Amino acid sequence: MKVLYFAWLRSQTGLSEEDVDPPADVATVGQLMDWLAERSPGHAEAFANLEAVRCAVNQEYAKPDAAVGRDDEVAFFPPVTGG
Amino acid sequence: MIRVQREDFEIGAELSALTVGRHGVGGVASFIGLVREMAEGKELSAMTLEHYPGMTERQLAALEDEALTRWPLDRVLIVHRYGRLAPGEQIVLCVATASHRQAAFEACAFMMDWLKTKAPFWKLEEAADGAQWVEARDSDDQAVARWANNDR
Repeated sequence: MKVLYFAWLRSQTGLSEEDVDPPADVATVGQLMDWLAERSPGHAEAFANLEAVRCAVNQEYAKPDAAVGRDDEVAFFPPVTGG
Repeated sequence: MIRVQREDFEIGAELSALTVGRHGVGGVASFIGLVREMAEGKELSAMTLEHYPGMTERQLAALEDEALTRWPLDRVLIVHRYGRLAPGEQIVLCVATASHRQAAFEACAFMMDWLKTKAPFWKLEEAADGAQWVEARDSDDQAVARWANNDR
């Protein structure tokens, strides 16, 4: 599974992207966030306030209960500020 | 048409190109967003726009489709820049052309409201005391919400 980070989630994790292989019981965006938070102190910081984190699965906005699988591209970022 | 680019754009050339040979068009409404030198009382030295390549283009294409579905438009153009920009530089160009002005004005406003809350861009403001990510505003959520119940 490819995971991307943008804005301050990128700064805090120290990564713009990483390939991860979560266990089978990580089946939703919410479960993935909990699992990723354990990977490093930077990840823990990035996912400390889940209210401030938004997600896209395969480049479409996704809620915490959305399904994720090993072939998905999952991105985490703060609320967007375009325009 | 949508474009996501680092380079600046030339407003006159962009607007002229949209209506060449399209004599059914009676009006062109446009909005140009610029980098402001002041943000919450601080003087900015620069603003860096980060985006999600791939998703940005998908979202902007969806926005173009939505505008063309909701209003009787001829064409839509959105040009959005990314990278490090100085105060006064152009960030975004949003244009709608139509037979009549109301559709063009409304579609242009709709597209800007939508961009603020749904286009995957993030802004890092640089000032004398350091750099800070711009937080999303509730007022932008409210601005886009007014289009949700639009009966068109």
